[in-house]
Amino acid sequence: MTATEQSRAAAAPASPGAAAAEKAAPTLEGPALAAARALGDDALVLAQRLGEWAGNAPVLEEDVALTNIALDLLGQARTLLSLTGDEDDLAFLREEHEFHNAQLVEQPNGDFAVTIARQLYFSVYQELLYTALAEHGGDLAPLAAKAVKEVAYHRDHAEQWTLRLGDGTEESHRRMQQALDALWRYTGELFQPLEGLGVDLPALRERWLEQVTAVVEKATLAIPQGADHTPWAAGAGRQGVHTESFGRLLAEMQYLHRAHPGASW
Amino acid sequence: MTGQTGESASGASSSGQSADGTPAAASTGGQWPLWEVFVRSRRGLSHSHAGSLHAPDAEMALRNARDLYTRRAEGVSIWVVPSSAVTASSPDEKDPFFEPAGDKPYRHPTFYEIPEGVKHL
Repeated sequence: MTATEQSRAAAAPASPGAAAAEKAAPTLEGPALAAARALGDDALVLAQRLGEWAGNAPVLEEDVALTNIALDLLGQARTLLSLTGDEDDLAFLREEHEFHNAQLVEQPNGDFAVTIARQLYFSVYQELLYTALAEHGGDLAPLAAKAVKEVAYHRDHAEQWTLRLGDGTEESHRRMQQALDALWRYTGELFQPLEGLGVDLPALRERWLEQVTAVVEKATLAIPQGADHTPWAAGAGRQGVHTESFGRLLAEMQYLHRAHPGASW
Repeated sequence: MTGQTGESASGASSSGQSADGTPAAASTGGQWPLWEVFVRSRRGLSHSHAGSLHAPDAEMALRNARDLYTRRAEGVSIWVVPSSAVTASSPDEKDPFFEPAGDKPYRHPTFYEIPEGVKHL
């Protein structure tokens, strides 16, 4: 339901529309709500980025694979955001600074190697995170237990391509290394503590680094040596500060809903 | 995926196309090899042909098959076979191949009374 409909419904309480009843109150509150929303934003924004490959991927098969992954992430986002409010309002009516996704997921697709590097960094992280959440129990455990299987496949997809690009031609090796290097500075933010999550994120970094290193080295590539965050941007996405291209991503994602409030098909 | 790297290296180079779509130097028409996909829909049934797809190597073909042919939970097992390994009968030879079977009705189990109570015959 849109803001307009909402005010209309409020103005006419005698006729509560079906849409008004749909709007569920958030299940979570306080820091737990903020944490779930941050994870939901991660999934939503990455789904949107991956969706940009639809019709543009190097081959038809990869087009389907990437959008499949996007749809998995979109499903996770819907569940997570629904726990924290109305999913449509949250996705379509928030401004840039209200999104708390990590900056890694909003980075542009670049060439295929950049997309794969982003997928590798993020899916290894997400698999560790969901495994920990499922073990931890609590409100996010059911989602995490289901999503961990999806994410394991995303990780496998990213690994397979990292191996092939890294150990492929001279050109694919060069591009894959360049992509790993370029995105490295956004990986530190993933392990910033997230209050209300119940999972010790900084503690996951060691296993993440082990897994990523194993894949990268097998692909004859090198783990980037620079800092895994920039001093001025550490944790910035989680605080609502985003990189330049994020505004354009939101504009594309939100345009239809804002131009035609409540449109459905 | 032990021993994967050697195979993947040859897979990537023989494809003639790097992953971002730029044709490699030794282009083979910019196409990856074709694979035939067989899916077992559930235990107890045999694999049946689902379709075909392009992939640089067998491992990627399996994964692509998973995305293309089993995304609605259609399968429990997938085979991929290089299309080049399939030997097919020729449409020109259709008559010698298949027609002689037509006048041998004794090959069909039509001379038996089906006992009552026997299903699925």
